[in-house]
Amino acid sequence: MPKTLFEKIWDAHVVTESESGPALLYIDLHLVHEVTSPQAFEGLRLAGRKVRRPDRTFATMDHNVPTVNPFDVRDPIAAKQIATLAENCKAFGIPLAGLESPDQGIVHVIGPELGLTLPGKTVVCGDSHTSTHGAFGALAFGIGTSEVEHVLATQCLWQKRPQTLQLDLQGERAPGVTAKDVILGVIAKHGVSFGAGYVIEFTGPVVRAMSMEERMTMCNMVIEGGARAGLVGPDDTTFEYIRGRRYAPAGAEFERCVEQWRALNSDEGAVYDRVIRFDVSTLEPQVTWGTNPSMCVGVNGTVPNPADIEDEVERQAVEQALKYMGLQPGTPIQDIAVDHVFIGSCTNSRIEDLRQAAAVVKNRKVAPGIRALVVPGSKRVKEQAEREGLHEIFKQAGFEWREAGCSMCLAMNPDTVPAGERCASTSNRNFEGRQGRGARTHLVSPAMAAAAAIAGRFVDVRALMSS
Amino acid sequence: MKPLVRHRGLVARMNRVNVDTDQIIPKQFLKRVERSGFGQFLFYDWRFLSDGSPNPEFELNQPQYSGASILVAGANFGCGSSREHAPWALLDYGFQVIIAPSYADIFYNNCFKNGILPITLPQAAVDVLLQKALEPGYELEVDLENQVISDDTGWSHAFEIDAFRRNMLLQGLDEIGLTMQYEAEIRLYESRRASSVQPV
Ligand code: SF4
Repeated sequence: MPKTLFEKIWDAHVVTESESGPALLYIDLHLVHEVTSPQAFEGLRLAGRKVRRPDRTFATMDHNVPTVNPFDVRDPIAAKQIATLAENCKAFGIPLAGLESPDQGIVHVIGPELGLTLPGKTVVCGDSHTSTHGAFGALAFGIGTSEVEHVLATQCLWQKRPQTLQLDLQGERAPGVTAKDVILGVIAKHGVSFGAGYVIEFTGPVVRAMSMEERMTMCNMVIEGGARAGLVGPDDTTFEYIRGRRYAPAGAEFERCVEQWRALNSDEGAVYDRVIRFDVSTLEPQVTWGTNPSMCVGVNGTVPNPADIEDEVERQAVEQALKYMGLQPGTPIQDIAVDHVFIGSCTNSRIEDLRQAAAVVKNRKVAPGIRALVVPGSKRVKEQAEREGLHEIFKQAGFEWREAGCSMCLAMNPDTVPAGERCASTSNRNFEGRQGRGARTHLVSPAMAAAAAIAGRFVDVRALMSS
Repeated sequence: MKPLVRHRGLVARMNRVNVDTDQIIPKQFLKRVERSGFGQFLFYDWRFLSDGSPNPEFELNQPQYSGASILVAGANFGCGSSREHAPWALLDYGFQVIIAPSYADIFYNNCFKNGILPITLPQAAVDVLLQKALEPGYELEVDLENQVISDDTGWSHAFEIDAFRRNMLLQGLDEIGLTMQYEAEIRLYESRRASSVQPV
């Protein structure tokens, strides 16, 4: 029987399974960070348990880390959480890319960067955006703290087999339309829970032509469509990205792995539980106007009018969102002025994202009164960007150039947006209060965020690209 | 974990869809390294005004819902972040049962690990309960063993739940302990794969 990529990975990881119940799934790679792990380690201690496979576990610090000076953690509770992770890693023998390590960064940036994330693996982390790693053809999903503890103790998880959804992307992207716009466009059309219970595999020419960075952006945001995980079949683009990475296989071993990895791709005629086709040809750069990622429209569109919505619950949700966002129905997106611009997060903080933003910013200035931040996803991304001179482009334009971390994506560190102020953000969630209490978040691509910084409001980045 | 077999309690309503875990427990409270004490921060940004006083407009601040242990809510409850602090906060505040038309995956999972029962009912049944819960003192009886909820007026509704999870709740089982009984299988799996798989 022809199998999908998902089925091949799943079947290869079942340790044991009962007829009707869940399967015990083996986990190849467990990534750990400071926020969702302390209670898990505490649980192990209380029960006198050990970490079963520290060699399949890897930790870093990202959520709490200040990005002006990472070592200057002034919030004592955050400092305690960071120190607790370091102690736990030491006590349980887990490798850690801590604050002083050149490998430190957002967990979903460094996993791929270090060659830890590989095709065919099962990858988990106590973070919903673990779906990012699916870009490599790895089955990767977020888990809660109890499950973190479970994986630490047993290297396994009880999982109910999810269903498969093929998201076939067809057509041709217009210039200036990025992976971020594609995934936002999909969620705008299909809603924040269309993927519930599914693992989504992206197929078709659009995703084949995408770089690894773009595929990671797509898979990163499948969770915003409610999916368990995202997948892209591994191909030459994948293998070239992996080649030479620190923990990736090397030499003849690498070539042998490439053969295995290639064979992971969904077989001709494999059947998915559901298929969605999405044409990207007419897609514009996207801007969210509301308080979840499906509340989104093209940059030449307008804020919707609740009066036009028939469904009562939905109308109320839109009314509440507009009230929170301080927006009037019918306002053109390009009339919305911003106060802050944030380029960063596990969605869009990789080298290619920074290059795209820098290309827009080059020889221009940030509009007066706007605070604009670039926060690279990892120390290695930062280094690479500095080698290419991107930091100078950003700094000359008036951007702040920061150290690696999650930063303003969820504002657990000192980088927050004040109440009532508006931020163009390359992150993945525009929930109420996400970037600070009362903060108003608009999700966009790195190029669109850069353009908003220059214009002081949302503009179609394509106008800046042609001039 | 305490077993959950039957539960009777006051019902509070939250007629909103897509309630995300960022609302259930805002990120400024995720820095604690303990599992306890999160109830005071539940729905913080909705529950309290910016000066720290209770927001009189927020559902759960209505005096009639004080002491509620069952929450009826709209679709896709618990979407967003994987933070288990969300069920910890709900439980610590006093919620033992949640009833909604649908849940986000990770949140749903996290509930069971903490002895919270998330019941999925069809939208129409949830609508009935949202209406009923307007009445002060409205209580529901939840019977996990027989998979049915009922009230004193004779209204009742059956619910579906995965047998494995039901069993974990009924017995209050330690899942890690259970898995460790499979040590031989895990070891066999590891040795079987060691020869065929790439290194970590
Ligand atoms: S960058 Fe944002 S979404 Fe990504 S892991 Fe950090 S906090 Fe989570």
